[in-house]
Amino acid sequence: MAPRTTERLMNLLIALLVTPTYLPKSRIREIIEPYRGQKDAAFDRMFERDKEALRTIGITIEVRDTESYHGNESGYRIRREEFELAPIDLEPSEAAVIGVAARVWQSARLGEATAVALRKLLAAGVPVDPDALSGVEPRLAASEPAFEPIWEAVVTRTPVTFQYERADGARAQRVIEPWRLVSWHGRWYLVGYDRDRADQRLFRLSRVVGEVEPAGGPNEFDVPDDADVREIAESLFPAPPTADAVVRVRRGRGLGLRRRATSEDSADDGWDLIEVPYGSVPELAAEIASYGKDAVAVAPDDLRDEVRARLSRVLEAAR
Amino acid sequence: MSTSAKQIERMLALVPYLRSNDGVPVGEVADLFGVTKRQIVQDLNVLWFCGLPEAVTGEMIDVDMDALASDGVVYIENADFLTRPLRLNGYEAASLITALRALRETAGGHDQPAIDSALAKLLAATGGADGVDAAEILVDDAESAVHEQLAEALATGRRVHLTYRVESRDELTERDVDPLRLITAEGRLYVEGWCYRAQDVRLFRLDRVESVELLDTPVAEHEGAERRDYATRLFEPKADSSEAVIALHPNALWVREYVDHTELGTDDDGWLQIKVVTGDEAWLKRFVLRAAGNIRVVEPQRLAEQVASEARAALAAYDVG
Repeated sequence: MAPRTTERLMNLLIALLVTPTYLPKSRIREIIEPYRGQKDAAFDRMFERDKEALRTIGITIEVRDTESYHGNESGYRIRREEFELAPIDLEPSEAAVIGVAARVWQSARLGEATAVALRKLLAAGVPVDPDALSGVEPRLAASEPAFEPIWEAVVTRTPVTFQYERADGARAQRVIEPWRLVSWHGRWYLVGYDRDRADQRLFRLSRVVGEVEPAGGPNEFDVPDDADVREIAESLFPAPPTADAVVRVRRGRGLGLRRRATSEDSADDGWDLIEVPYGSVPELAAEIASYGKDAVAVAPDDLRDEVRARLSRVLEAAR
Repeated sequence: MSTSAKQIERMLALVPYLRSNDGVPVGEVADLFGVTKRQIVQDLNVLWFCGLPEAVTGEMIDVDMDALASDGVVYIENADFLTRPLRLNGYEAASLITALRALRETAGGHDQPAIDSALAKLLAATGGADGVDAAEILVDDAESAVHEQLAEALATGRRVHLTYRVESRDELTERDVDPLRLITAEGRLYVEGWCYRAQDVRLFRLDRVESVELLDTPVAEHEGAERRDYATRLFEPKADSSEAVIALHPNALWVREYVDHTELGTDDDGWLQIKVVTGDEAWLKRFVLRAAGNIRVVEPQRLAEQVASEARAALAAYDVG
């Protein structure tokens, strides 16, 4: 029965927590009442199960050979400094903001983990208020099926393998040391080390096909410096501007382009000439083309050619 | 995790919490711990049988069962060995810290110092946990001035005047708005507010706000101005939405990840046809013009013709010079 199991687990935990020295297994059997009545094999099984149950909730049980009344045997203990949440002293303004964390995750599993974390802080005397800061609503979706297994792998530093589909549709099995997840424009990306390609790579979680499987044990690799991981993640950002383009835009139109313009001069009847900084010709060309007859690329030539080519292809596809 | 393990996990926070909150109503405890009152009472009944090794009756954790039964409040004693909760494991610490990083990007500068120092203290307190740095939230922060002004308006409860770009129609609009919340969804910042022009609650994407003016007028109460729940999707299709069928070249299959759609099948040229619901044909037209011929409008025919004639007219400008 569950209450009996909980009671036994709790008493085991307390015994291991308060013991000044490693507690010999035979002694544990004497002091935890339900263990006492068991036959040797049944006790061994029960004790192993109970230790495992405590480990699953994040409790570290230390084990060491100890001398006891029964000779040499295993002794166990839980170190208080390993067990307890370290002191945390939050100002009221800091405590007020962390309650909002409870509303952020749209994934049930991560939302629950956050709630457990907040309850622990509450129990440590932090006045967590889930209703504070009602004027902000950050939402983190994690709808990609690969998200949770990869999250777990990142947290435990476990290598994983999965099938990955590139933008061109080609699929290949990859073996990755997952370093960090990055959220950008509502999509999750994985920064990691590709063992077969012997290089760091960025993966889009929505392109992971099927199951994510472990490809090794926990703590099998080290994550490089923060700055290095960040540099890979920043390849997601739009290319920084390197030059200025000249675009002719109909007066009152092309507002998105005008917003970034560094200069704006009126040209012939009903048109303006604007200068727009850009880092990627195809990206700016796509944007200019989207304005149709309201925006015309003037310079440089490769931008002009690109817009013209793109519009021709639109016309061709429409036939 | 087994039921017992979950119960232990809860009790390890419950005991230190109860030790420092004498006489707390059991209903309040249940709310805080996200379980029923019955469950809390069951937990207390188990704790009653727990204590130091070889404790005899009277030395176990002592729960005042009379106070619980008659007044519905909790008093706990003899639990001095559980003064602090269990530390956060890596999974919990990473979930909390990532959530706060997302909050940091949404809240304005007013709350950021508190969030930053809370994050620093949490990282220090959970420093031993693996994987606390599991995830990073990157947000476009190009609109920080607009963001600051809106955060300020929310903090002081003031109405704002927005110049807002309606991207699909390439049009600037002017509107007074009573801000309700700042929202980050799909990695972008929005302000939700009562829009006097629409006479309804609207979402405005911050990177499309051309300017904000803080008015001296305080925000008003509005009939029917409930905050929306954006849990499932950001935009509900409007009643007057129309359907369109578009065909995607194999290079444009990424569209499926961004647009709600129904797949209809592959046509003779190997293009995938999908049905999309669009509240705004102007948006779809710009989307197709942008795609360099990798997307084709199949239906309605009228829209396909509009795209073609727009492309033709745009190309004409290049033949002149």
